[in-house]
Amino acid sequence: MSHAAKTLTIASALATALTLTAQTEAQAQSKEKCYGVALAGQNDCAAGPGTTCAGTSTMDYQGNSWKLVDAGTCMDMKLPAMMDGTPRMGSLEPLDRDRPA
Amino acid sequence: MMTSARHPQILPSLPAAAGVGYKPQHFAALTTDPGAVRWLEIHAENYMGAGGRPLAQLRHLADSFPISVHGVGLSIGGEAALDPDHLSRLGHLCDWLQPASFSEHLAWSTHDSAFLNDLLPLPYTDATLTRVADHIDRVQEVLGRQMLLENPSSYLAFAESSWEEPAFLAELTRRTGCGLLLDVNNVFVSATNLGFSPQAYIEAFPLDQVAEIHLGGHDAQADDHGAPLLIDSHGAPVADPVWALLEHVLAGSGARPLLIEWDTDVPDWPVLAAEARRADAALQEAAPSRVPAWA
Amino acid sequence: MGVTETEFTQALLAPDLPVPEGLCDAAGHPAGRRFAVYRNNVAVSLTRALHEGFPVIARLLGPDNMDGLAGLFLRAHPPRSPVLMLYGATFPAFLEGLEQLAHLGYLGDVARLELALRQSYHAADAEPVDAAALAALPPDRLAASRLTLAPAVRLVRSPWPIHDIWRFNTEADAPQPRATAQDVLVVRPEYDPRPVLLPAGGAVFLAALRDGVPLAEADAAARRAAEAFALAPLLAELLSGGAITGIAPASSEGEG
Repeated sequence: MSHAAKTLTIASALATALTLTAQTEAQAQSKEKCYGVALAGQNDCAAGPGTTCAGTSTMDYQGNSWKLVDAGTCMDMKLPAMMDGTPRMGSLEPLDRDRPA
Repeated sequence: MMTSARHPQILPSLPAAAGVGYKPQHFAALTTDPGAVRWLEIHAENYMGAGGRPLAQLRHLADSFPISVHGVGLSIGGEAALDPDHLSRLGHLCDWLQPASFSEHLAWSTHDSAFLNDLLPLPYTDATLTRVADHIDRVQEVLGRQMLLENPSSYLAFAESSWEEPAFLAELTRRTGCGLLLDVNNVFVSATNLGFSPQAYIEAFPLDQVAEIHLGGHDAQADDHGAPLLIDSHGAPVADPVWALLEHVLAGSGARPLLIEWDTDVPDWPVLAAEARRADAALQEAAPSRVPAWA
Repeated sequence: MGVTETEFTQALLAPDLPVPEGLCDAAGHPAGRRFAVYRNNVAVSLTRALHEGFPVIARLLGPDNMDGLAGLFLRAHPPRSPVLMLYGATFPAFLEGLEQLAHLGYLGDVARLELALRQSYHAADAEPVDAAALAALPPDRLAASRLTLAPAVRLVRSPWPIHDIWRFNTEADAPQPRATAQDVLVVRPEYDPRPVLLPAGGAVFLAALRDGVPLAEADAAARRAAEAFALAPLLAELLSGGAITGIAPASSEGEG
């Protein structure tokens, strides 16, 4: 692709992107959404753990041993080709996976 | 008190009224109908992110409420020197927020750089007194303000302790000029667990140094010998004997900023608001402050 | 000599160790179960923290397995900071290192995605650029521009279908995960992080932007990686996600 063609490709991609974005911006977020929590009456899961200054009556029986028992949704997922521990390699290498973009 | 030459900064003060520990799920209710709630307390460590909703909410709330910053992770009672990174995070938060109050616990939580997320107990000896006083000096130096120190809930005692807790706290205020945060539920929990009289504890407590009072709920268990073992769970309404003990405190101290802490199984807003109303009523009945208000 | 913090901490984290001597009840009996209150406080609070931080992992494995894993993890990797919001940075690698979980190879990357969402939630705020400012640039200057990405933007690449797995465990009626590799972009319009499934080449494009490569060159790199790469939909995602926070002109070398 020539330099000029490349330049125009980018500009037209942006123009297309703007028409796509205009549709999403129609659902612009309110101040309540902005300050509030994602779901009314619920903790915001994305926040992750916080500190506590309270104690608990819950007993911890775990200690330093653990044995996997069948439970959870991983049993419901049908990933037959991938359940043997072999990753299904795509065209992409799993490099610097959680490096900030 | 605030005339201490070492920490002369005049601070905005918390009102001698009811407050609650802030939970994000109550944001909308608090900003529309706070009821009897006149001020809020936050855990410092939960507002040490770089940005996002927590700080946005806090900015917004600080426009409407005096804020008390309550640290739970400084490990003031620990053997090691205070973590300079954490001190500087606290300094940054207080500089930005200019809170009405900063408080921490007579406890430790970090050992060998492992943060254990609990308020762990320390023996009360001459050696630990000196150490804690040094740590408080350091905090007040870095923050440039007076701090309040809170009495812990205890589940056991150290055979080596040579100080009673009220005297230990009183001596710390004398040495450092810090104020005290009296957690009345903690007094009741510790008294039950360690078999002392909560009233006698309050009588020995330097009430004139108390700048804030905490109330929270507890759970009941039993120890190996069948003796009652109360857990400071902050997951229930304030128990009746704790309300009664509060009256005893307020009779001595006069009205003080009074916080309801509810941190686990956090109820819907109306339940928490009702607890705050009850706290407010207790304050109305109490005599006005016997000592000059802080700040 | 009294109980040292080291003894206290060791006994706290190892339930099979005896309670340190010198800790007692009111009658002078050994502390026994009273010490267990502190053990429970530490283990239960950090276990809850891991459940809250990795809700999808907890769903995938079930709450009992998650409790057990948390018990191992919190003892091997206690938090290194009193700021718990980002606790668990080493949890993905920990999951990958457990023989019992070797048949669930995707767990580590799913945990990385959860971590990325959490990091994004707490990342610094930044004002997104006005899309109009971008559109106002002459085409050749636009092509040579370097875009600055918001601090809340994250990129997670995986040989596993992590986006599908995440959806399957967070959205009602989400479809079964497909057997395919997936790269995920995390954007945070306002305050709520959102995972976006990237098309082939998308991660190469974003990595290039992050490295300060001009827009046209980043696009070219993405096409080399995946012929069908289309810039427009990804730009739309970035713009609607508030992910572009700066446009540096072509001349400014070494920025970002």
